[in-house]
Amino acid sequence: MAQSNSRPLSPHLTIWKWGPAMAVSIMHRVTGNGLATAGALGLVWWLMAAATGPDAYAYFVRCATSPIGYLVMIGLSWFFFQHLCSGLRHFVLDMGAGYELRNNKSWSIATFILSLLLTGFMWLYIFGKAL
Amino acid sequence: MGTGTGIGRVRGLGSAKHGAQHWLVQRYTAVGNLLLVLWLLFSLLTLPGLDYESVTGWIANPLVAVPMMLMIVSIFWHLRLGMQVMLEDYVHDKGLSFFSMLLLNFYAFGGAAAGVFAIAKIAFLGAAE
Ligand code: HEM
Ligand code: HEM
Repeated sequence: MAQSNSRPLSPHLTIWKWGPAMAVSIMHRVTGNGLATAGALGLVWWLMAAATGPDAYAYFVRCATSPIGYLVMIGLSWFFFQHLCSGLRHFVLDMGAGYELRNNKSWSIATFILSLLLTGFMWLYIFGKAL
Repeated sequence: MGTGTGIGRVRGLGSAKHGAQHWLVQRYTAVGNLLLVLWLLFSLLTLPGLDYESVTGWIANPLVAVPMMLMIVSIFWHLRLGMQVMLEDYVHDKGLSFFSMLLLNFYAFGGAAAGVFAIAKIAFLGAAE
């Protein structure tokens, strides 16, 4: 093959640098699949427990309100808000907008800030109401 | 599978005509999830309590049971499509890939059926004593 080896071989699988766009893309996959497994199973468990009767429901509530239960629910709610924000980002990119480097970076960071704010405010509201 | 021509090697590996539909339905169901899960979260936050009586009484209302069923369908459809993409990226062995699609279909249809059945039971029979 008449190929010059003085030309750059980029992009290359071993040459990359962390950036917000990469993080948001990876997190979209992680959160989507986390919701698809733990989130969906938790939801069906809740509905099945409610359909089965007071005892099954009481057992669900005991699990959900244990320290681990709260940890899981807080984590799932953050996953949901993060997936929601990066999903909306997908819609914008799908329309062909938002690829300018600065814009792309700012909106990637914005999805993380927004999802953390939404999660924080929701749980502040929940714990505030319980007090 | 042939080892000769290019078309012979790719035949039987699936049509190249479903991608756009998959992509679109991923988006349709994403909008469904967006509206319906936010509705559920907002409802759970504003319900007087999340105890057995409040929750079953709430779900028994047709204006709750129907969107709740739609939410189950939207979520499981969306995750069926989404997890397929993830599995196609990571499971390379043909046999395992086939098996993972089989399990994914069982999971998606089984989970959706369980969810819809639970809602229907509460809606039709009310709270169990
Ligand atoms: C996997 C889906 C989830 C289901 C099916 C579910 C349902 C429930 C139920 C039925 C309880 C028992 C409430 C009680 O009587 O004490 C509970 C505890 C709680 N859940 Fe979840 N939950 C899930 C994830 C979440 C998420 C994402 C949130 C955020 C909105 C949340 C918010 C709460 C709160 C605030 C409590 C405590 C309520 C209390 O102490 O009265 N849950 N959850
Ligand atoms: C709780 C409900 C949801 C679940 C269980 C879920 C699950 C998933 C999964 C598993 C994927 C595949 C990710 C991958 O492996 O690449 C995915 C992709 C996607 N989700 Fe969701 N999702 C949910 C809600 C949403 C919402 C509310 C939106 C929109 C705001 C959304 C937008 C998207 C989009 C646009 C994709 C496709 C991304 C691509 O083409 O690469 N999802 N979702």
